[in-house]
Amino acid sequence: MRVYLERHVQTLIGSLGRMTRAPFATAMTVTVIGIALALPACLELVVSNARTATGSWGNALDISAYFKADVAVSRVEQLAAALRERPDVAEVQVVTATAALAEFREFSGFGSALDALADNPLPHALIVRPRTDRPSPARIEALKQHLGNWPEVERVQLDTEWVHRFHALLDVLRRVVMLAGVLLAIGVVVIVGNTIRLDIDNRRTEIEVTKLVGGSDGFVRRPFLYGGFWYGLAGGVLAWSLITLGVWLLDGPVARLAGLYGSAFRLTGLDLRGAVTVLGAGALLGWIGSWLAATRHLRSIEPTA
Amino acid sequence: MIRFDHVHKRYPNGREALANVSFEVDAGEMVFLTGHSGAGKSTVLRLIALIDRATRGQVIINRQNTAGVKRRRIPAYRRQVGVVFQDHKLLHDRPVFDNVALPLVIAGMRRREIDKRVRAALDQVGLLGREMNAPLELSTGEQQRVGIARAVVSKPPLLIADEPTGNLDPDLALEIMRLFKRFNEVGVTVVVATHDIHIVEQFGLRRIVLEQGRMESDTTGSLATTGLPPATGSQEGSEKGKTP
Repeated sequence: MRVYLERHVQTLIGSLGRMTRAPFATAMTVTVIGIALALPACLELVVSNARTATGSWGNALDISAYFKADVAVSRVEQLAAALRERPDVAEVQVVTATAALAEFREFSGFGSALDALADNPLPHALIVRPRTDRPSPARIEALKQHLGNWPEVERVQLDTEWVHRFHALLDVLRRVVMLAGVLLAIGVVVIVGNTIRLDIDNRRTEIEVTKLVGGSDGFVRRPFLYGGFWYGLAGGVLAWSLITLGVWLLDGPVARLAGLYGSAFRLTGLDLRGAVTVLGAGALLGWIGSWLAATRHLRSIEPTA
Repeated sequence: MIRFDHVHKRYPNGREALANVSFEVDAGEMVFLTGHSGAGKSTVLRLIALIDRATRGQVIINRQNTAGVKRRRIPAYRRQVGVVFQDHKLLHDRPVFDNVALPLVIAGMRRREIDKRVRAALDQVGLLGREMNAPLELSTGEQQRVGIARAVVSKPPLLIADEPTGNLDPDLALEIMRLFKRFNEVGVTVVVATHDIHIVEQFGLRRIVLEQGRMESDTTGSLATTGLPPATGSQEGSEKGKTP
C-alpha cells in the first residue's frame, strides 16, 4: 500500500516535472483551459452580482399613485385614510407636491434650475405598500387597479415592475451561462485530450518499451492521467486568477456607480466554494480529457520489436 | 520451458513468416536461433514475447499456452520473459539506473529493493558505477549491456535476445554472448537469435536453424562449454548466486 501510494506520488510529481520541461507548450494549453473556465465563471458572477444588487429592491413592492394637478391635498389625505382601512394595505405615505419638490431639489442636483420654475411641476402622490405576508402578483394588480379607478388619479405605477423583469432576464441569462459552461467544459476536455494525444505520440517509444517489460495499460496510462489533471488544475488556477484580477479591477468603478445610486453595493468575487468549484472543475475535466485520450490511444500502441 | 508445436505465422500482409515450426527448449538450456535475415528468427521471439500470436499451432511457454493469455494478462505474462533487442530500446531521457529499474518499478517493488537489484544487475553486466550516466554517454556495447541488465533485473526464468550483437564488433559481440552464457549457467533459459555463425560456432551450443520460415535443422551442441575462453574478470563472483 505504501509502495503503491509512493508510486502514485512519484508519477504525480514526475508528470508535473515533464510539463515544466516544455514551458511554452504547457503555458499555451493552460491559457486556453484557463480562459475557457474563466468565461462561464465570470458570466455567473455577473448574474449573481446583478441579482444581489437589485435583490433588496425586489422585496419592496411599492405602488405609486400620482394625482392630477388640480387635486387638493385634503382630498389626497382623505383618500389615503380610506386606503389605510383596506386589509391588503400595510402602509400609505402621502407625498405632497412640496415635499416631493424638496426631495428632488436635495437629491437631483438640479436645485438652481428648479428655482427658475414659476410653479411646482410635481403632483401630489401616494406611496402604497401592500401587505407582504402573502404578496401575490394578482392581489397587487387588484390594488393597482383600485387606485387607477379613482378619478383623481392621473397614473399608477408599480415601482418594482422593472426589477421583476430584470430578474426574469437574469434567469434567462443564467440558463445561457449554463449552456455556455457545458460547451466550454466539452472544449476543455477536447483540448486536454488533444494535448495528451500529442504527448502520447511523442512518447511512443517509452510506451512500447514499458509494455514490453510488462507494464500494464493502467501503469502506462497513469502519468498521462496525472498530466491531464495538472493541465486542468493549472487552468483552474489561471481562471481563478483572471476572475480575481477582473473583480479587483472592476470593484472601484462599480462601488462608485453604486454610490451614485445611493447603494452600498460592492462587487462579490469568487468565494471559497466558487474557487474550489473552478479548480475542481478544471482538474476533473483535465482528468476526463486525458482518460479519454489515453484509453483510446494507448491501446493502439503495441510493441513492434 | 519453450514448446513450439507446428506453429504457423502469417502476417496480415500475407507474408508467411513461419511454417510448421516445432521445437522444444528445456528449462536451463541455452539455444542459438540462426538463419538468414527474414528466415523467421524475430518472429519466433515475437511469439515468445507475445508481441504476436501464432496463426496456427501452439506456443507453450513456461507451461502456459500463449493462445490462452488474454490481452489483459499480457503484462503479467511478459514479466517472466526478459527481452534484449538489437537496438537496445533504452529510454534516452533518463539515466541508466531508471532504465534498468523500469521492470521493477512496474512490478511495484520497494525503493530500497529496487536500488539493490539494479546495482546487482549492473554489476553483473560490468557497469556498476554508471547508474547516473545518460544512455547516450555510453558506447554501443555498454548500451547493449544496460539493455541486458534491464532484461535480467527482475530475474525472469526466460531470457530472449534478438540479434544482440548486430551492431557490435567481434570482440564486443563475444563479450556480450559470454554474458548470456553466464546467465544461462545460473539457471536462466536463454534463446539468442543471431545470424553471426562465427560466434555461434565458438560456443558450440544447440542451434536451431530457420530457413524461409521453416525448420532447417536442430543440432545439439557439439562442443562442451569448457572449451570457452574465460569470462572477463571484473564481475566475477559478485551477484551470481542471486540470479535464479
